[in-house]
Order: sequence, then structure tokens, then C-alpha cells
Amino acid sequence: MNNTVIVRDYIIPADDFALAGEASSSVRKILTQLGVAPDIIKRTSIAMYEAEINAVIHGHGGKAHVEIDENKIFIRISDEGPGIADLELAMQEGYSTAPDSVREMGFGAGMGLSNMKKHSDILNIDTEVNRGTIVDITVFFNKP
Amino acid sequence: MKITEIAETLNAEILTSNNGDIDVQTACSADLMSDVMAFSKENTMLLTGLVNPQVIRTAEMMDIRVVVFVRGKKPLDNMIEMAEEKGIVLLATQYPLFEASGRLYQKGIRGRGV
Ligand SMILES: Nc1ncnc2c1ncn2[C@@H]1O[C@H](COP(=O)(O)OP(=O)(O)OP(=O)(O)O)[C@@H](O)[C@H]1O
Ligand SMILES: [Mg+2]
Repeated sequence: MNNTVIVRDYIIPADDFALAGEASSSVRKILTQLGVAPDIIKRTSIAMYEAEINAVIHGHGGKAHVEIDENKIFIRISDEGPGIADLELAMQEGYSTAPDSVREMGFGAGMGLSNMKKHSDILNIDTEVNRGTIVDITVFFNKP
Repeated sequence: MKITEIAETLNAEILTSNNGDIDVQTACSADLMSDVMAFSKENTMLLTGLVNPQVIRTAEMMDIRVVVFVRGKKPLDNMIEMAEEKGIVLLATQYPLFEASGRLYQKGIRGRGV
């Protein structure tokens, strides 16, 4: 039996815009080395990068935990930031509380959460105001 | 379209050295990386007036192989290094976004959107 699981943990630094995306970039490299199909790598990259950027710009930084087995990749991006008061509203395309400083960096269109949903097979968001946000993304390598 | 031909069309400077044999057929133009993430589909090239490391990052995630900075903007050395490490080609042109896009469209480059 080949049940090898690759586990990785990353720190997502707060407010360091130059480093934002390092974790997603590293996971992308692992998936490429494993020979995962390019369209799956792209979907995973998009979903994880959107979550990672959110942790940086909205969540005061956080952590990424990644588990890869032969069937799927599971990604947990967690932060201890302000949380999301109305998740249903936040999921809507175009809804954003990003300040102008974030928009000047090229983000804050309010597309991230819906884009994450589009590209992950399972998306679970657990959020509480003043406690933080946990985003769980699962992408399957072979569609059942 | 080869990198050298793109550079000629845009009167652009090629900023990276690893320019391989990329053949560009499709492109998108945007200053907002959120939009590139959400709306760009399978485009090989990005034209943008935004200059920061997240442009390179976004290109990496979206499998974009070539980035053209418009309006005479130039990335810092650390961005060029980052692009080279990821095999992404960088160019810089004086043309504004609309003009640069139009010139490439005229030569047959097309956008693949939503
Ligand atoms: N980790 C988080 N912590 C706190 N609030 C968040 C978090 N993630 C998202 N939000 C809230 O949800 C809103 C919508 O998020 P979404 O990712 O869709 O858009 P955005 O980040 O504002 O812009 P874009 O993703 O298009 O660059 C955000 O503006 C913010 O208010
Ligand atoms: Mg976002």
C-alpha cells in the first residue's frame, strides 16, 4: 500500500506583501514534482493563493497547513484576524471591505471567495468575529 | 508570436534573460490582479500597469509565461530575479495599456476571457 502523505506547514506573515503567495508557490512546486495534472495544479493554486492573500490583507497573517495524499490535496489557511461578520454577503462577487491601500496593490475586487469556491471541490469556511477565520480547501486529483 | 516579435511590436525592452521558445497566442490586460485571478482563462501573456511582486506571483499561479509592464514602468531587480526563477519573461514598454494591447491585437494576439 502506498499511503504516503506529504504534510507541510507554512507561516503567512502579516502585512508583508512581498512574501504573500510564498506558501502557494511552494505547494505548486510540490504538485508539479508529483506530476499532478496541470489543470488540477492551476485550480489548487488559484484557490490557495486567494485564501493566502486574504489571510495577509484581511486576517493579519496566519498559517497554512497542507496535506497531500494520492487522491487529493487538503489546504487549511487559518488566521486570528477580525473574522467575517456576514459570510453569505462576503461570498458575493464584488463585495469587499478592502481599503484603498490594498486596491493600489492590485487586490480588493471582492472576487476571491467566489473564485475559491469555483476552483475547489470542497470549500469550508469557519469564521467568528474577533476570533479569526479558517478556510479549508480540498481538491481531488481524479474526479470520482 | 515570439518574445522578440512582441518586443519589436511594442518597442519594448526585454528584462529577463531566460526567454526560451515561448510562443504567445493569447493575452489579457489588467491593473487589478483580482480580475486576472477571477476572469483570465488560459492566457499566456499579461499586460499591466501595476508593478509589484504580486504581479509575478499572480502570473505564476495563472500559468502566465510573459508579463509586459506598460506606461514606462519598470520592476525592481528583486522582481526580475523572482520572474527568472519562475521562468517568467518580463518586458517593459512606453506604450499605455490600450495602445500596447491594440498593437498586439493587430498582430493576431487574442484574449481568452470568461
Ligand atoms: N481571512 C479573512 N479575514 C477577515 N475578513 C475576510 C477574510 N477573507 C475575506 N474576508 C472578508 O470578505 C470580503 C470578501 O473577500 P474576497 O476574497 O471575496 O474579496 P477581497 O479579498 O476583498 O478582494 P479580491 O479577493 O477580489 O482581491 C473581504 O473584503 C473581507 O471583508
Ligand atoms: Mg480576496
